[in-house]
Amino acid sequence: MLGDDVLAALKQARKTEESPLGREVLSQLIDNAKIAQEERLPLCQDCGTAVVFLEIGQEVHINGDLNAAIEDGVRRGYTQGYLRKSMVNKPFSTRINTKDNTPPVTHIEIVTGDRLKITVMPKGAGAENMSKLAMLKPSDGRQGIIDLVVRTIEEAGGNACPPLIIGLGIGGTAEKAMLLAKKALLRKVAEPNPDPEVAKLETEVLAQVNALGIGPLGFGGRTTALAVHAEVMPAHIGSLPVAVNLQCHSARHKETVL
Amino acid sequence: MHITSPIDAEIIEKLTVGTRVLISGVVYAARDAAHHRLIQALDRGEGLPFDLMGQTLYYMGPSPTKPGQVIGSAGPTTSRRMDIYTPRLITAGLRAMIGKGNRSPGVKETIKRYKAVYFATIGGAGALLSKSIKQVEVIAYEDLGAEAILRLDVESFPAIVANDIYGQDLFEQGKGKYQRGKRNED
Repeated sequence: MLGDDVLAALKQARKTEESPLGREVLSQLIDNAKIAQEERLPLCQDCGTAVVFLEIGQEVHINGDLNAAIEDGVRRGYTQGYLRKSMVNKPFSTRINTKDNTPPVTHIEIVTGDRLKITVMPKGAGAENMSKLAMLKPSDGRQGIIDLVVRTIEEAGGNACPPLIIGLGIGGTAEKAMLLAKKALLRKVAEPNPDPEVAKLETEVLAQVNALGIGPLGFGGRTTALAVHAEVMPAHIGSLPVAVNLQCHSARHKETVL
Repeated sequence: MHITSPIDAEIIEKLTVGTRVLISGVVYAARDAAHHRLIQALDRGEGLPFDLMGQTLYYMGPSPTKPGQVIGSAGPTTSRRMDIYTPRLITAGLRAMIGKGNRSPGVKETIKRYKAVYFATIGGAGALLSKSIKQVEVIAYEDLGAEAILRLDVESFPAIVANDIYGQDLFEQGKGKYQRGKRNED
């Protein structure tokens, strides 16, 4: 199911899109969300890699095998929910389907408190394939980041299924930057970063991306991205890691707190 | 414009970039792994599991069918990944393709030379598009699961001409029209 925030952003985009074909596509995406909800069909046949985020309170004690439980949840969800199984073993050679969409990609974080928060994000390949990591030089600075995002989106064109949500991770190390970018996708669409300087960067990147003219599904138009979500952390004196993780318009994620 | 698949050569000549079509008739669903096997079969000089002559391929692997429905969600996958196989298949008789996103210069050239056509449809609208599919039959490579080759009977399946026999490209034209000034002078 499409979140209300994504649906609202698509409806808003339909009002502002200048391209008639672009508006038509946005209407079809809104209709698609309605049909998917009414008939309980997946929005998109690509039900993704199951990306699971866990925030475990340090007071929580878990009996049994946590990783096995997550894997079992994914197996049951994809099988009983009629979701497509897209994971293959030995991706470099035989590529044989695991037939239950396991294994998931799991990120575990220990936080304070006594609760357990589980977020599941089915991540489709079309947009994930167009994501990019760059280890920029400190001298590349702000402009280097903007240029990287614009280049990434230009290269992705219609393949990543725009309108996109762009996750931007800045700082840390190579793997940390990409994780920041992915986590940024979990934010409510177009909710700005609380740091005004980062929020300003988000707005500027969004404007430049939407000036590219790629438009909904690459058919031309003003709505190439619905939002840019940036997350920032400190980096080494010699580094400026920047990751761009793309999310297609079929932006799905659900969370629960136990 | 309503068209029937397989598509007649005279109709393909009339299909120019930007034309909205509603496709009825037969199309075959095949994506990455199925393409790989089709090419292997051609390499070995074996017959293909279906007659490719004049046919239409839809780059799609559906979600599982729920009881009482014809098919699960059934939208297009990224066509670019098929580009490496496509010229060979067009040479072997393929005439139309449906997918999402742009094609390589090599594919566009082959489309022009052999008078074929590439349609883009609505990426991510798998629930909506499934409503235009009336019948489904697995015809080959069942072991590939979601990547098996399917024969689909479609009715008024919506798409738009993205590459035509005249060498035009919907993605280039669309972007050119809405691009705002160059960001750099490079």
